[in-house]
Amino acid sequence: MSKSAPPDSDLKAAGRKWKKELYDPARQACSLSQDLTTVSGRPLKELYTPQDLEGWDFFKDLGFPGQPPYVRGVHPTMYHGRLWTMRQFSGFGTPEDTNRRYKYLLSHGQTGLSVAFHLPTLMGIDSDHPLARGEIGKCGVAVDSLRDMEILFDGIPLDKITTSMTINAPAAVLWAMYIAVAEKQGVSPRVISGTIQNDILKEYIAQKTFIFPPEASMKLIVDTFEFGGREVPRWNTISISGYHIREAGATALQELAFTLRDGIEYVDWALRRGLDVDEFAPRLSFFFDAHNDFFEEIAKFRAARKIWAEVMRDRFGARQARSCWLRFHTQTAGVSLMAQQPYNNVVRVTLQALAAVLGGTQSLHTNSLDETYALPSQEAVTIALRTQQIIAHESGVVNSIDPLGGSYLVERLTSELAEEAKAAIRKIDDMGGMVKAIEMGYPQKEIADSAFWYQRAVEKGQKIIVGVNAYAQEHEPIPILRVDDSAARQQLSRLAEVRSSRNQRQVREALSDLKKAAVDGLNVMPFLISSVKAYATLGEVMDTLKEVYGEYREPITF
Amino acid sequence: MTQKNIRVLIAKPGLDGHDRGAKVICRALRDAGMEVIYTGLRRTPEEIASAAVQEDVDLVGLSILSGAHDVLFPRILELLREQEAGDIPVIAGGIIPERDIPHLKKLGVKEIFLPGSSTQDIIRWIEEHIPPARDPGKK
Repeated sequence: MSKSAPPDSDLKAAGRKWKKELYDPARQACSLSQDLTTVSGRPLKELYTPQDLEGWDFFKDLGFPGQPPYVRGVHPTMYHGRLWTMRQFSGFGTPEDTNRRYKYLLSHGQTGLSVAFHLPTLMGIDSDHPLARGEIGKCGVAVDSLRDMEILFDGIPLDKITTSMTINAPAAVLWAMYIAVAEKQGVSPRVISGTIQNDILKEYIAQKTFIFPPEASMKLIVDTFEFGGREVPRWNTISISGYHIREAGATALQELAFTLRDGIEYVDWALRRGLDVDEFAPRLSFFFDAHNDFFEEIAKFRAARKIWAEVMRDRFGARQARSCWLRFHTQTAGVSLMAQQPYNNVVRVTLQALAAVLGGTQSLHTNSLDETYALPSQEAVTIALRTQQIIAHESGVVNSIDPLGGSYLVERLTSELAEEAKAAIRKIDDMGGMVKAIEMGYPQKEIADSAFWYQRAVEKGQKIIVGVNAYAQEHEPIPILRVDDSAARQQLSRLAEVRSSRNQRQVREALSDLKKAAVDGLNVMPFLISSVKAYATLGEVMDTLKEVYGEYREPITF
Repeated sequence: MTQKNIRVLIAKPGLDGHDRGAKVICRALRDAGMEVIYTGLRRTPEEIASAAVQEDVDLVGLSILSGAHDVLFPRILELLREQEAGDIPVIAGGIIPERDIPHLKKLGVKEIFLPGSSTQDIIRWIEEHIPPARDPGKK
């Protein structure tokens, strides 16, 4: 008779016997030739057993929720204390248009805001700049000055709602505007809460909305850490992002490793400024992609928490538990959405969102089915939000914390990804850190190679995309959101009005103080706040800083 | 007669930095034996048109996500015509709503490839529509 826990040798023998006598012959008889690798090309075994967890230790490798190594989640109660924040990234047209969308989303159960700025704002130029032609309000909401920010948050109480702002190169300036709007609402900076993305390294690596050279960019980011730690204590001053790295073509492992190495780089630079690790580390947050490969993604989130806890404790000597927590936002994979048969995207998003929840995310954006065509329509974004609500309230997956904990497959994948990511992190350490690696083009090249590999795998039919290289079918066009030219006209006329109605002397003085602060290497945050309060435009502020810091040009390669 | 390789300019107009698609296309066309010139990010219509003329390319491929295609594509076509290079075919790919396609084609964009397009389809299209060598005698 077999015992309930067979000794390893019995298990090994039984496993081999099963494979040889049952699995292999049956598999050979099947005509189905299935690719047993993940979307990232990671080979999986046909079956996982306790044998795959040799040396695995419950306390060292898993533990309890809210306890190191935090594999099961950073909070002891996880979704029993509070569900993840349902935070749909949103912005289009004028600040008025987007303000209406925010109020709609909040009235339908969304629990936090997430601002998508239009490209001119992301690039630190005003709407009347020649490069802004055709771009105004297209990929997000147009924000040129504090006036726009006041309209964007009109009627939204900033002491009650948390806001995430996807802004990088000009992050400090938009944050200054948010702080100024809060003050106008009578809300102290000590009370407001939210996140600025503020992660420039992944811009050089993947998303490419950089402005200043790396050194100056890192200086500005450390300024926000320092200022936030003292003045805006509930604000997440950075969202260290794997999302864009993954979307640019990285594998799950590359996303994990590059993102955590970026995190290490920020901590290094902040420590060099003389900041105390426990003063800023609790406000570092992360942002990952939830891609198609269900178990690999769940393992990736779990591995990320484990590595970060080790890094903060062992590498940086953090003393506070909060400094060791990897808290993260997740967005489902935009790149996985297909233009063909677009309603299928709802299903993709559901699976990806479920992976994020099973991986213990703190907040979640679910993509809308129409995003391969345009920014989401109201109907599409509502379905995306409802998807989260169905997972939260109907699926039952929140009832038990880390429900996949102990799964042979998931634990094995978690350990594998953690070990391989640590090796990749050491490789970048050896290059002299992430800024150096970026200057060598290393992560950029790795990602481009992976993107090309994946495209080839799809075209060879090794990876199936339903509706694209299998089960193709004609479909009717779907209704999509259109941002018409009136948004641009309205934005340009408000910008002209702001420029003509403000106190010009006050603007000149604020910008000249800002420039001096930048030249002298002071923390620029207070000077940015004075400048935006005087209604200096984003473009004017960024131009002032460009005079001091210069601009980055990336080498053109493919 | 020695055949000249097809010369292609892959250009990224618009302010967005999403260059995954453009880079994959560049590699695929190069692997298919074409000469590929990539502009890099955030090129103005003026820069793209003059690069097309200076590099004497047989084809221009535009990659865009930002939504500014309705302003930038017509401008690029107009500038090519102004520089007597209106005969260089222009194709495009990226995030472009289906209902914009007829209008862009009417303006002169020869073909538009949406997400999910195979690089092989794009290569096939180019090989079918672009003569392998521009006659050296032609001005």
